[in-house]
Amino acid sequence: MNRYAVAAIYKFEMARMKRTIFQSILSPVISTSLYFIVFGSAIGSRITEIDGVSYGAFIVPGLIMLSLLTQSIANASFGIYFPKFTGTIYELLSAPVSYFEVLLGYVGAAATKSILLSFLILATAGLFVPLEIAHPWWMLLFLFMTAISFCLFGFIIGIWADNFEKLQIIPLLVITPLVFLGGTFYSVNMLPPFWQTVTMFNPVFYLISGFRWSFNEIADVSVMISLAVISGFLALCLLTVWWIFKTGYHIKQ
Amino acid sequence: MSEILQPIIQVTKLNKIYKGGFQALDNISLTIEQAEILALLGPNGAGKTTLISTICGIIDPSSGTITVDGKDIISGYRHTREMIGLVPQELTTDAFETVWDTVSFSRGLFGKKPDPGYIEKVLKDLSLWEKKDNKMMELSGGMKRRVLIAKALSHEPRILFLDEPTAGVDVELRQDMWQLVKQLRENGVTIILTTHYIEEAEAIADRIGVIKNGQLILVEEKSTLMAKLGKKQLLLELKQALTELPPELETFELCLKEDGRHLVYTYDATREHTGIASLMQHLSQAGIQFKDLKTDQSSLEDIFVSLVKESI
Repeated sequence: MNRYAVAAIYKFEMARMKRTIFQSILSPVISTSLYFIVFGSAIGSRITEIDGVSYGAFIVPGLIMLSLLTQSIANASFGIYFPKFTGTIYELLSAPVSYFEVLLGYVGAAATKSILLSFLILATAGLFVPLEIAHPWWMLLFLFMTAISFCLFGFIIGIWADNFEKLQIIPLLVITPLVFLGGTFYSVNMLPPFWQTVTMFNPVFYLISGFRWSFNEIADVSVMISLAVISGFLALCLLTVWWIFKTGYHIKQ
Repeated sequence: MSEILQPIIQVTKLNKIYKGGFQALDNISLTIEQAEILALLGPNGAGKTTLISTICGIIDPSSGTITVDGKDIISGYRHTREMIGLVPQELTTDAFETVWDTVSFSRGLFGKKPDPGYIEKVLKDLSLWEKKDNKMMELSGGMKRRVLIAKALSHEPRILFLDEPTAGVDVELRQDMWQLVKQLRENGVTIILTTHYIEEAEAIADRIGVIKNGQLILVEEKSTLMAKLGKKQLLLELKQALTELPPELETFELCLKEDGRHLVYTYDATREHTGIASLMQHLSQAGIQFKDLKTDQSSLEDIFVSLVKESI
């Protein structure tokens, strides 16, 4: 194991977070605060409780998921796309590092960033609503698995993208709608039957449901199904990354 | 003892065909000895960068084998890549990083534990110490080139690839770089450089390789190449112009210039009898007098141009 290389990549990526502290930290925190003001206070005052939980507390897991998913993808995709864009990837390709070590450095740093951010959003939420985490270990399990899976997904997007538009297109046009339609701000039971069925095809719905269960034991589907979905997605991403490294897709000529 | 004699790089029947079908490397075989300076010359698109990139692991070969320090570059990539430092042709840098951070990053990436003392030495050797806290985007092109060299040297490589290292740099930096290359070689570092500047190869290389259309058309000791292919000429400035060469001088490889006032005699300087004495005698007998004479050795550039033209 080339631990110095892993540390170098990790440190390099974390340094970017320091350089872009406002964009990385402050912006998601402000967005979350705005969600609480708009949805928690303005709309939430009209929806008193969902399954015995105040609306403000109900949306906390969904809001954390929203930031976790988008930031994981953004951090990891940009991390690997930027060296491709600037041409500095030559150094990575000529270094004595295995693909696993490259992945550990980039995905590890991206996951650290998004997990830190999730805790920050959780703390911010605590300023607006009383927080209760019924199953903290499950909460951490979902948080870590989701962060790693979506960082891997972001890494894949970063490899696939050959321009900045492609880098943005999946997070903006696929992930954000899936999160919003996956029960961030509502329970699936509140939807008409047709849309309830449609929601079942949204993988993000299972993540939010499982994550919400770890907070206040409210779930639209069994927590084991949620765990199976995130495990399956993790396996799929790992398999895709393995194929990318094996074939050199969009990395090597 | 056998380890000392082992070539540091061995390329055997290397081919690279890109996806579009373009053959960038065509059956290249090359042996590079330890602590030598090999200059790879060739026109644009000849395959120089592809060859370097393949040895460094950036590009996958289509067929053939490459060993570095006796180890295959694919199965033994950790060992082979640790030994190599690469200075790329393009000024590829992360604009927001500081000089210190980017050089330290390279050291870590190549598996070396942090050593601020060594990084300081490299930066000082390359006159970068004053700029260590500057961001890359604040540096001039020449300074960025120095940083790329510092990055390549950060992990103390035994082999250094310099891909067009002096392209677009000023005379001072070029001289500094030549000095550095010689110094590195004295410390046992093997250097492979590609260049468009023939005088660069002429000034610092031990051996010259010429690549054309993906083929290595020649690899030779510089001195041997100069002696073998370099023509020497004797130029005679005549007192009186001639309209044509007298018949008694036809046996010599002589050329009368258009003005009729200059005779050029081409000869092989390595032969014991160059024919100059005999020519002088014949000129005297023919009553041809000259007021000045000088000799001229063809440069590596002349040799390179003629080689490339020949292989078309």
